[in-house]
Amino acid sequence: MLHTDPPPFFHRGPSPLARLSFFALLSIALLFADTRFRYLEGIRHGVNTVIAPLQRAVQWPGETAGFIASYFASKHALSAENDSLKSLLLAQGPTVQGAINVQTENAKLKALLAVHSRYAGAAIAVEVLFSGRDPFSQKVFVGKGTDDGIKPGEAVIDELGVVGQVTRAFASMSEVTLLTDKDHAVPVKNARTGVRSVLYGTGTGRPLELRFIPPSADVQPGDQLLTSGLDGIYPAGLAVARIDAVERDTGQIFAHITCSPLAGVDRSEQLLVLGESAALPARPDEPSGADPARKPARVKARRGG
Amino acid sequence: MPSFAARPEEILKPARPWFVALTMLFGFIGNLLPVAGYAATFKPDFLALLILYWCIQEPRMMGVGIAWFAGLFMDVADATLFGQHALAYAVLAYSADYFRRRVLRFTLWHQAAQVAVLLLFCASLVLLVRVVAGAPLPGWTYFASPLVGALVWPLLSVLLQRPQRPVRSSAQR
Repeated sequence: MLHTDPPPFFHRGPSPLARLSFFALLSIALLFADTRFRYLEGIRHGVNTVIAPLQRAVQWPGETAGFIASYFASKHALSAENDSLKSLLLAQGPTVQGAINVQTENAKLKALLAVHSRYAGAAIAVEVLFSGRDPFSQKVFVGKGTDDGIKPGEAVIDELGVVGQVTRAFASMSEVTLLTDKDHAVPVKNARTGVRSVLYGTGTGRPLELRFIPPSADVQPGDQLLTSGLDGIYPAGLAVARIDAVERDTGQIFAHITCSPLAGVDRSEQLLVLGESAALPARPDEPSGADPARKPARVKARRGG
Repeated sequence: MPSFAARPEEILKPARPWFVALTMLFGFIGNLLPVAGYAATFKPDFLALLILYWCIQEPRMMGVGIAWFAGLFMDVADATLFGQHALAYAVLAYSADYFRRRVLRFTLWHQAAQVAVLLLFCASLVLLVRVVAGAPLPGWTYFASPLVGALVWPLLSVLLQRPQRPVRSSAQR
């Protein structure tokens, strides 16, 4: 091995190692900018408008197959489904009628108390296009985007409960982060006792975790969790999860509580994006720092209450 | 009687640029295919395989730069961190350039073993980046896709070198 380099009269540009170092540094800069500052959403949207038609085109063989299959669905299967739906409707009748009653009653009472109803936004029905291919996160993509009025941050539900939240909205497509994603959290309250907490996703194939509940708290397996609506993102009162197991270890500050989502988080095809809820009342003003003498008093008051 | 795969001494004709571009497009579409469940776990990264193949066969058309841009497209399409695939593909292209002079001397299955090492290295790089960024550890099935990719390599090579193989009519020789 004497002369492995090409003779200098062939112009070949920078060496491969130099190129690799340049592009590797560039990628690391991009990774850093994306994780820490989210600077690159503009570029992401730009590239996505180029890719989106291709992603749509790739869908259609499967969609067509599904369409043909549904066209030839047997009459027997359809009538069986019809029967089961009818009996379900019948079974739910009393609940629905009761709910109407309760709703009107509730509205009157709330009006009396001059409490604004929290959720009055519009809902947009969407269909899941495909699930995310990133093995590190739990996401699905749905077939409507900013053109249809979907905005990042909106809650996504199916017929059984909360599925997740819109995290990115492109022109004709949106990214929904599921409840089970590791970076996802929902403020919830226990339907039975009203105790508030936060429900965290823990990643693929692992149960949801209810955190910050002391071991002595009244929590039982089977309890339902509803959104508390305190975050201003999820409207209050949506079903989220059911508690599976409660592990109380008095050596720990908090109990270890695992839950499973009620909604078909990784199964549902039809979802509903809830538009922004009615404006929350403005946050109370931070007390001005001019009067430090008031601060301890506030802390005391909070502890007392 | 031409063999199924090109022998090492067989000199391939240069690939046409449009053919390279077309295969890259198909690789990208292959990665976009909506699959779920086991298919999603075991689906190889077609674009990575194609980058590797063209870096070895046509280093003048495919290099670190193009691989990096292809990676950016994958990052947007998969909604992963920006730069994650780009970094992996750039490293892949560089390592392909590093060992391309000897890899073609091996049989296709021996090549596949080396490709497996390269793909696993890139998968580990992505794993490292994501775990540093705070993602949970995926299961061992995470490494299934690169291994399947290596198994696909011989078939892919045979398909891709077909248009480049010289036509020998038995009447002439």
